[in-house]
Amino acid sequence: MHRHYAALIAALVLGGCATPSQDLVVLLPDKEGKVGTVVVQGQKGKTVLNTAYASARTTSEGGVQRGTASQSEVKDVFGSALAAQPPRPISFTLYFESGSDEFTEQSKQEVKRLLAEMARRQAPDITVIGHTDQVGPDPSNDALSLQRAERVKSILAGMGIPAERILTAGRGRREPLIPAADGVSEPRNRRVEISVR
Amino acid sequence: MQSTRSIVIRRFLLACACGLAPIASWANDIAQFKVAKGSVYLERSGQRLPARVGTHLQATDIVVTGADGSAGIAFVDNSLLSIGPNSVLAIERYAFNSTTHEGAFESSLRKGTLSVVSGKIAKQSPDAMKVKTPSSILGVRGTEFLVHSGD
Repeated sequence: MHRHYAALIAALVLGGCATPSQDLVVLLPDKEGKVGTVVVQGQKGKTVLNTAYASARTTSEGGVQRGTASQSEVKDVFGSALAAQPPRPISFTLYFESGSDEFTEQSKQEVKRLLAEMARRQAPDITVIGHTDQVGPDPSNDALSLQRAERVKSILAGMGIPAERILTAGRGRREPLIPAADGVSEPRNRRVEISVR
Repeated sequence: MQSTRSIVIRRFLLACACGLAPIASWANDIAQFKVAKGSVYLERSGQRLPARVGTHLQATDIVVTGADGSAGIAFVDNSLLSIGPNSVLAIERYAFNSTTHEGAFESSLRKGTLSVVSGKIAKQSPDAMKVKTPSSILGVRGTEFLVHSGD
């Protein structure tokens, strides 16, 4: 009995349907023309897409067929999805006058650009990300970078950005702007980055 | 005596946990609609909710568009997903550590069309982002791609 059921279910899953669901996957170049990688795993086969407009189609037998999609096919099939893409996130970087709570003169201008960008977007939200230099261990830099982010959040909230639209993150020393050796105090790495979505 | 006190403490802790609930659910917000055209709604815990620009998403929400619908969603790791008409997209798992950028992002396109621009999760860990369809699983190592499922 059980074996019969299993065979029946397998038949239904693996091709019992009159028109089995078929997928089309297309890899696109990004805005700079760079291409990533997508691995498409079907029921019986797989293919790796790593060139612009490389495509994968699943077949009714469960295999995966590699090909190339034309731009007109992309437009026909995916035009509406592409048109609904949210605008790309944009980053702004802010610096403080050393040893103070004041933004540098340049960063004050950057804050103006940030506010203008937010005004251009629908329902914008932001992540304020603190970064440190390469001095000290991870845990204390994580805490310090989050503190900086929280301070900037309260400054931005004071300028009228609703606090519930602001997330904060402390990235510590993991993402230096200027590569620096361990223990090097590089002021350009002590910064706060704001990602606008 | 001991047990009475422990019950009191437990009740107190429970009250705290309830008081914190709104904050916890706020922290569950993982993404927001930036684009919503035509008929777009969310299925959350068996309920159907309208989706508009600014609506927050939670992990395990399902996004559905009608024949005239399309929607664009920005996640907190800067992943961007958008779907065309007659689409069903289930967010199955979303976790993002904003300090380490480690996380997991699994979604399922049950039908329709999907456009993906991967974000910080896929950049940090090559196998952390997956998109499923009824007949395949996509492992995402960045960055931009399209998926059509069905018909």
